[in-house]
Amino acid sequence: MIDLVLRQELLALQDEYIATLDTDALELWPEMFVDDCLYEIIPKENEDLGLPAPVIHCDGKAMLRDRVISLRNANIFQPVVYRHFVSGLSFTTTDAVTVEMRSSYLVINTSQLGQSVVYQTGRYHDVVVRDGDRWRFRSKRAIYDTSRIQTALAIPI
Amino acid sequence: MPITAAAPPFAGFPRGDGSRIPYAVFTSQEVYDREQALIFRGPTWSFLGLEAEIPHPGDFKSTFVGDTPVVMTRDEDGALAAWVNRCAHRGAMVCRQARGNAATHSCVYHQWRYDSRGDLFGVPFLRGLGGQAGMPADFDRAANGLRKLRVDSYAGLVFATFSNTVSPLADYIGPVMGGYVDRIFHKPIEYLGCTRQFSNSNWKLYLENVKDPYHASLLHLFHTTFNIFRVGMKAHCVSGGPHELHSIILAIKDDQAATAGAYEAQKIRAYDSGFALADPSILALVPEFDLLATNHIQPIFPQLVIQQIHNSLVARQLLPKGPDAFELVFHFFGYQDDDAEMRKLRIKQANLVGPAGYISMEDTEATELVQRGVAADGAATSVIDMGRDAPDQTDTLITEGLIRAFWAGYRTLMGFDAGEAAEAAAG
Repeated sequence: MIDLVLRQELLALQDEYIATLDTDALELWPEMFVDDCLYEIIPKENEDLGLPAPVIHCDGKAMLRDRVISLRNANIFQPVVYRHFVSGLSFTTTDAVTVEMRSSYLVINTSQLGQSVVYQTGRYHDVVVRDGDRWRFRSKRAIYDTSRIQTALAIPI
Repeated sequence: MPITAAAPPFAGFPRGDGSRIPYAVFTSQEVYDREQALIFRGPTWSFLGLEAEIPHPGDFKSTFVGDTPVVMTRDEDGALAAWVNRCAHRGAMVCRQARGNAATHSCVYHQWRYDSRGDLFGVPFLRGLGGQAGMPADFDRAANGLRKLRVDSYAGLVFATFSNTVSPLADYIGPVMGGYVDRIFHKPIEYLGCTRQFSNSNWKLYLENVKDPYHASLLHLFHTTFNIFRVGMKAHCVSGGPHELHSIILAIKDDQAATAGAYEAQKIRAYDSGFALADPSILALVPEFDLLATNHIQPIFPQLVIQQIHNSLVARQLLPKGPDAFELVFHFFGYQDDDAEMRKLRIKQANLVGPAGYISMEDTEATELVQRGVAADGAATSVIDMGRDAPDQTDTLITEGLIRAFWAGYRTLMGFDAGEAAEAAAG
């Protein structure tokens, strides 16, 4: 039997996650993770070969906060307008407070010239843990198919 | 007045010293086609990949020399080979995988089979079948292999060339530039994977970028803010190789408190003294080279840029994709004797470079801004004058000398006129 309540909670967590990125609420993004977390964006070609080279690799919430501070204060990039679409959620319960979940994602980016393009597709491998009355990410890995990154990747996936 | 036939994209370079570059070299299909012939098919060695990517007999990787699809392989004896990925029969791509291991390569169209060196050994129905004729009696398998390139490696870096006349690879890199390659490749490496970035701008804009220490602290604010790289740092900027087309920028670690003041005094936006990292471990610099440098940026013309930024090591492959596009393939590596902690640091410092790099994400932004800015003005030129009166000053980062040397060499290689002759022709 599928635990429908748990499934609804996980879907709500995903919705919150993509809304945080798509509404440019970047300062809230690190707060969706536990302190001792992993966040990674890695091409599928490396993942398939068991090679570790990432595009972004943050171990610990402090690195996530640093990424946001750098994006806000140091880095220069074209304004990004992401729309995330997530589908195909599957999950397995590890223990009472830990769930492993997987899903597909699609990110459309719209340029200043008004053109919307498929920026990235891939899959999320997540480990989420119950922290009081909500779920947070212990690990979130975006394993992307779109190996050619167009121009640059500034905002997290 | 009637519209005349297309004029040449430009009359020549206004100056021979590489300080004035007609923008048409970034936009013209004619120039691009000439580059494919005179540079990528000409007397140069193009970087294909790392030996560590294909360690075993039969290993292969698909890549490019300029526009030409090329496969680099290791044959059953362990020797390196490279061939154009185009069946000798009817032109189909033979190898359809990015990477793999195979003793033979078959074209799917008619199953002509080649060994890992590119020699043809199998043609279905070569002798026909049951009285039906096969290939003609004069068909020579030995003459119908895949087109082979000269291939060689230097310190584990694999290069190939279409040229029969270009000097051997070690001479092409040259002793001075070879010394800097050796600085990075001083012990066996381990390949850690690659990331790819695509830019809608001309490939030479990227070469300008990696020969440009002047921009590094002004565009990449992360650099200056965290003391990785400031223009007041000790530096070593020299060019070398054929026509001075290769170069090295070394930014040497020193006491940087003194240089911070220079930015504040000039009110350059680069310096933000209020900015601190919550997790500064990303900026560790573990000494592992003779000379303690924060940055080692070394293009080996035309397809390679060797990079050490702190303890992040990358061989960047630069691939032209038409006049207005290029692809960068970042080959990350470490050393075979890295301990777990060192390997962890290299992965952490991968955040500094590549498509999402704290100190590199702006480069493609900048090259695309140039591409868009110059689109309609092919005869107009850039102004590359920084440090032009002090050509012997190689210890500064406030210089565009490497870019001028590059363009002077490029002009020679491409056979473009320069100086007064060009002005007269244009006049």
